[in-house]
Amino acid sequence: MQSGKSIIIENISKHYGSVKALENINFSVDNGEMFGLIGPDGAGKTSLIRILTSLLLPTSGNAIVNGYDIVKDYKKIRKTIGYMPGKFSLYYDLTVEENLNFFATVFGTTIKENYDLIKDIYSQIEPFKDRQAGKLSGGMKQKLALSCAMIHKPDVLFLDEPTTGVDAVSRKEFWLMLKKIKNKGITIFVSTPYMDEAELCDRVALIQDGTILTVDTPVNVVKSFDNPLYSIYSDNIYYLLKDLRALSATKSVFAFGQSVHITFNNGTNIEDVNKYLKDTGHSNSNTKIITPCIEDCFMQLMSVKS
Amino acid sequence: MKETIITVRNLSKKFGDFIANDDLSFDVYKGEIFGFLGANGAGKTTAMRVLCGLSKPTSGDINIAGFDVYSQTELIKTNIGYMSQKFSLYEDLTIDENISFYGGIYKLSNKEIKEKKELLINKLQLNAVRKKLVRELPLGWRQKLAFSVAIFHEPKIVFLDEPTGGVDPITRRQFWDMIYEESDKGLTVFVTTHYMDEAEYCNRVSIMVDGKIAALDTPVNLMQTYNAKNMDEVFLKIVRFS
Repeated sequence: MQSGKSIIIENISKHYGSVKALENINFSVDNGEMFGLIGPDGAGKTSLIRILTSLLLPTSGNAIVNGYDIVKDYKKIRKTIGYMPGKFSLYYDLTVEENLNFFATVFGTTIKENYDLIKDIYSQIEPFKDRQAGKLSGGMKQKLALSCAMIHKPDVLFLDEPTTGVDAVSRKEFWLMLKKIKNKGITIFVSTPYMDEAELCDRVALIQDGTILTVDTPVNVVKSFDNPLYSIYSDNIYYLLKDLRALSATKSVFAFGQSVHITFNNGTNIEDVNKYLKDTGHSNSNTKIITPCIEDCFMQLMSVKS
Repeated sequence: MKETIITVRNLSKKFGDFIANDDLSFDVYKGEIFGFLGANGAGKTTAMRVLCGLSKPTSGDINIAGFDVYSQTELIKTNIGYMSQKFSLYEDLTIDENISFYGGIYKLSNKEIKEKKELLINKLQLNAVRKKLVRELPLGWRQKLAFSVAIFHEPKIVFLDEPTGGVDPITRRQFWDMIYEESDKGLTVFVTTHYMDEAEYCNRVSIMVDGKIAALDTPVNLMQTYNAKNMDEVFLKIVRFS
């Protein structure tokens, strides 16, 4: 593959009438990388994935996937990539095995030929191979969709929000499956609205309102958080938030579970903050300095942008 | 003495041989934020439909805001609000029209609707866009409006089914601010979510596994009981090992 890159994106924009779904996107993905596209609904994740999989034309800009131009060489791209759309798009009235067979045949291969590649995942649903796909549970549908997306041994696998609406345990299991696929040398490009999944990727692009906030390793994204971050615990998070928002030293404050994460204006003395909290009735509040998570960084980058 | 607003005793719901809810018993207190968690397929939606009066249980005694789920479902429906991630507003109606429509459904008078609508639109700062179709609103705003519309008729309890899925992290927190504010005023909030940090925002949390309630307590107590540093770990331990 040229220059060790699986995906090269140059100035991609996509406009739907006056709506700017994507605005001047630039980044690349290395061969064999697990790359996460992370952002909320409506950020432009699906538009970008559809462009990279040759299913949607960009308004402007270019992209190369697997060495092929997404517009000129779309037929070649389709042969060498796997794509798992956000919405379950298999045939409900075909059985598990018929679906897999169908996708294998479309790509000119057989289940037998590439069985090794999908074995880990497919073997979990193989006992139900005669069941109609529409009658599978959510988790099993997901495994079948992933098997179908990989049956032709793609070089790059695109997954559009595979874990949306999936419970925390199943999400963890899904990421373990992805890790195994990556270990087989397949480049993975996965989108998600769950910020905590960022740390499972080699690199991430944070996306919001059609623009990229940052592209980096999760570790470096966290390093770029440029204020000391504190966590404050109190019994009553609602009043803690209210009281801290009223404090002039507060720069940003957000709830995180049973604590808040807070940054202060330069020159703030933390002892003064603790005294203020005691005075406002948070007798058992506990303040400590913490390492930011990706979600802290995302919110800071969002605030800077707006 | 805490006032109970939802009483569930031995709720079971079967579909043929399949037991979706297996002998559930719990109380929810007035003004509480009650988190209803569980893995996909654990039976949350089935239970929630029973509590909303949309589906009859196979057996059990269930009382919602003072009304019985077998004989008083219409009264239950007028005393609760409901919002889901998938559908809660009409995308091809304007913001104004959506609010009026819900007010009308819940039999508020035209005068009441008009007054309350102005208050709501001012509070959400939607004046400039009130004549726009809901589909033109960003998702975060839509979810805030959907929550406000779900409690427009001042229900005693509001059921929120994954209200913040896919919403950006700042808007997600603004949404929880609204929940806190209403709960502080006495509204009971019954909420499902897949975000484990949101589980920690709840006063108490129940976790369902295979149709049963496997754990029910405050987040702090659950973390202690399961020797976990956050709710994510609690959830993993319960769902994976029970």
